[in-house]
Amino acid sequence: MSIALPLPPIWRHPEFLRGSREMLGTAIGIAAWGLVAGVAMGKSGFAPWLMVLMSLLVFAGSAQLAVLPLMTAGAPLWVIWATAACVNLRFVIFSAQWRPYFGHLPLPLRVRLAYFTADLNYVLFMRRFPQPRPAPEQLPYFWGGVTTNWVAWQVPSIAGIFLANAVPVHWGFGFAGTLALLGLTLSLVTGKATAVAGLVAGCAAVAAYALPLKLNIVVAIAAAVAIGLLIDHTGPRRAEPADDAT
Amino acid sequence: MLSAWEAVLAIVGLTVLTVLTRGFFFLTEREIPIPAWLMQGLRYAPLAALAAVVVPEVVMTQGALITTWQDARLYAVAAGAAWFFWRRTILGTIVTGMSVLLPLKLGLGW
Repeated sequence: MSIALPLPPIWRHPEFLRGSREMLGTAIGIAAWGLVAGVAMGKSGFAPWLMVLMSLLVFAGSAQLAVLPLMTAGAPLWVIWATAACVNLRFVIFSAQWRPYFGHLPLPLRVRLAYFTADLNYVLFMRRFPQPRPAPEQLPYFWGGVTTNWVAWQVPSIAGIFLANAVPVHWGFGFAGTLALLGLTLSLVTGKATAVAGLVAGCAAVAAYALPLKLNIVVAIAAAVAIGLLIDHTGPRRAEPADDAT
Repeated sequence: MLSAWEAVLAIVGLTVLTVLTRGFFFLTEREIPIPAWLMQGLRYAPLAALAAVVVPEVVMTQGALITTWQDARLYAVAAGAAWFFWRRTILGTIVTGMSVLLPLKLGLGW
């Protein structure tokens, strides 16, 4: 029998606080967006307990909004699942970048990490740790961010389910979510290459908007990666990296 | 409409999909090989995914490009972006943008 050293709890770690604080900047946007998703669930016609279950378990706003009309219409389960898988395709791309940080961890932990790796956590984490190699402060930073993100999403989402008919969605406060993403997008523009890649992605997403299942986002990612690689390899000198790695 | 138990089944399946898609490349024990050039290019993916969500939300209505300047979102985004370049805080971007959006939307109906 070994003596267990009393490890300090993870939420006391300074990186936990940092992760939480950096996520807090976008929390109003996440919350406004969660409320909009909750209202949509509340108006779907399903029992509130089912929608609360959906919010807590699925934890993927765009996928939930995409499949709700299908569930209400009584679509076959495979159609519902295929739709969600397509809307979630961007996460598959992100997961390739998580591997250098998380690949060495035990499987049960990786499953838990996978559940929590939402878009904003991915963006903030990659900004904080541009070097793709594991470091001890990464997990505390991650848990700080995802805890804040999860709470900021779930509380308004569940409130929206129960207050669906009382919330004036037409005021347009869901746009706070878009503004949060705008700030985050601009924070990733670090030079000419990233600015061009972002513009190309935005235009591609508009041009390909008619594609079903939010596949325009996947098209936009492909276009931006292509243009980014092109700039990296053909510039007069090596263009600046997309992150501040040295 | 799905029955309650069908909905539960759908939700459980959706939960599995959340975990499988988000963990696709880091849940397997063996690394699924990805060429180095592609990994390098994927550094642009976070920015691209965000821009791909934001831009249509600003310049499109019901799947079509807007054709008017009387749209509160345009001014909200301009104000939010201006704040960001001035102070570089996301909270300020949201607050500035919304304080332009709400009066235009509720006051002028834009």
